[in-house]
Amino acid sequence: MSFFRKILLISLVSFYAPSSYAEMTIEITEGIESALPISVVPFAMQGASGVPVDVSFVVDADLGRSGYFKTLDKQSMPARPSTAEAIQFKDWQALGQNYMVIGQVIEDHGQYNVQFQLFDVYKGQQIMGYRMASSAGELRRTAHHISDLIFEKLTGKKGVFSGRIAYITSSRQGRQSNHKLQISDADGFNAQTIASSVEPLMSPAWSPDGRKIAYVSFEKKSAAIYIQTLATGERVRVAEFPGINGAPSWSPDGGKLALTLSKDGSPDIYILNLVARSLTKLTNNSAIDTEPTWSPDGSSIVFTSDRGGKPQLYIVSSQGGDEKRLTFSGNYNARASFSPDGRSIAMVHGNGSDYRIAVMDMATKAVNVITDGRSDESPSFAPNGSMILYASRKGNAGYLSAVSLDGKMQQKLVFDSNEIREPAWSP
Amino acid sequence: MKLNKTVLALAISAVILTACSEDEKDASLIDGTQNAASGINDASTRGLNNGSGLSGSEMNASGMYPNAGIGPEFSDPNNPLSKSTIYFMLDSSQVQNDFVPVIAAHAQYLVAHPGQRIVMEGHGDERGSREYNIALGEQRAKSVASMMKVQGVADGQLEIVSYGEEKPAAFGHDEAAWELNRRVELVYQGK
Repeated sequence: MSFFRKILLISLVSFYAPSSYAEMTIEITEGIESALPISVVPFAMQGASGVPVDVSFVVDADLGRSGYFKTLDKQSMPARPSTAEAIQFKDWQALGQNYMVIGQVIEDHGQYNVQFQLFDVYKGQQIMGYRMASSAGELRRTAHHISDLIFEKLTGKKGVFSGRIAYITSSRQGRQSNHKLQISDADGFNAQTIASSVEPLMSPAWSPDGRKIAYVSFEKKSAAIYIQTLATGERVRVAEFPGINGAPSWSPDGGKLALTLSKDGSPDIYILNLVARSLTKLTNNSAIDTEPTWSPDGSSIVFTSDRGGKPQLYIVSSQGGDEKRLTFSGNYNARASFSPDGRSIAMVHGNGSDYRIAVMDMATKAVNVITDGRSDESPSFAPNGSMILYASRKGNAGYLSAVSLDGKMQQKLVFDSNEIREPAWSP
Repeated sequence: MKLNKTVLALAISAVILTACSEDEKDASLIDGTQNAASGINDASTRGLNNGSGLSGSEMNASGMYPNAGIGPEFSDPNNPLSKSTIYFMLDSSQVQNDFVPVIAAHAQYLVAHPGQRIVMEGHGDERGSREYNIALGEQRAKSVASMMKVQGVADGQLEIVSYGEEKPAAFGHDEAAWELNRRVELVYQGK
């Protein structure tokens, strides 16, 4: 019962009111061969009025999009059971299905009870089952939580379907540009604009608790860093020094922000203590130092510097001290992002003409280029570490894409904006 | 054309807490964005060039020289003051020889008009990472600023802001656009 309450609470905490739909379509450009066959049987509906969200459709799309599962299309299903007793397991075995999900959505005076059961088709046994209460507005999130539960049960990895992504879009009307900082569900639905400006917005960074976003705004025709609380829209300006105020990165405990300032000359990395309101200079070099990112244990900071002539990644203790060069292959390595386990970093890797996403193993220092675009940038790890979200462009169309760490699985997310960039996956 | 100080247009979404108890803080966001003041006189969206290549005089979208409102010499195509964009090579903040006379002309004007201030906007092309390009844009603007200071322009007359790749002058995604975007714009501030 306490577990059930926890699920319900998570769903409440991260619930959004829907504002726009179908802004994004997803194409799986590559999948893994070992994808597990699973049938998500359309859930039975009970109740007077209709159900505003097709819960089983969302679950099917989540699992299929992950690349770990191969879902069975509805037309190929031999039956549409909604209770365990009604399942003829042999029929599903014959279709080569390993797993199946059935469920019901029961409406009662505008409230919904969603229940689902996951079965091992070969053993004919239930693996798990839950019932969840949901309001109409929560149904999509409830569906994503079901996907997370199934994903974790079958792969052993935490699901990321109920996460959110922040990103920047731009549009132009005549001579005026409009820049937006938006947040959507991980599948692109429920896009919300949390800030907009005719001047550029940049570098959104989630606080470790997922409640705030730090970003750069040029709204006053110069750069400043703001921290905005999502629930209230309340906003605090935390850095507005002469020159660059950029590249905010939260410490894992949420108490500090690493950032780039050029108030004393060249751009250097500083640590802003958000509690004590104190500022400490971390690097001091006449070259460009920027794009700090904290290791998940908080002990060190990786940043970009051109002190060697070209931009490369360097590492320094978050307490300060020796700065060691990390990258040596390629003439352009920048914008590092740590994996949640701290074992690898993603970066923008340039070879002279193309800029791609590469992953470096922190133990062996081996670098593996995992994308094949011409201008791939802004890598951001999924909270379970399985995928990297990044911005890409083909011709005039900018889009977001997600790639597995080995580069073998790729999904393209197409929003209605052609100018979409700087994705950041919520913690 | 005068670059007026503009009203800022930033709108934060009004965010509404839906019914939920205090300790179960609901992060639901309602999009209440309002686009505020229009009429932004945005120096960065002007058109480039009169067709004579990167060192040519330039006019903005309404066929005006960007700093024409400051004085007649700024719209005389034979006067180097009519040029107010300095272009750069890839990943470089070094001023090319072609632009030395342009910078010198602006420096002379500023020395002769100590009350006049300019903002030097540094920009880059879209390749590479965004924050690094912010740093590169600032280096470009600083290169121009240091040449002006050598020629006697006072610190207080010069302001630098780097937009990196965030405000392209040309919106293509090829070398032709990139070379127009690696630039410093000299934006005179209206008196």
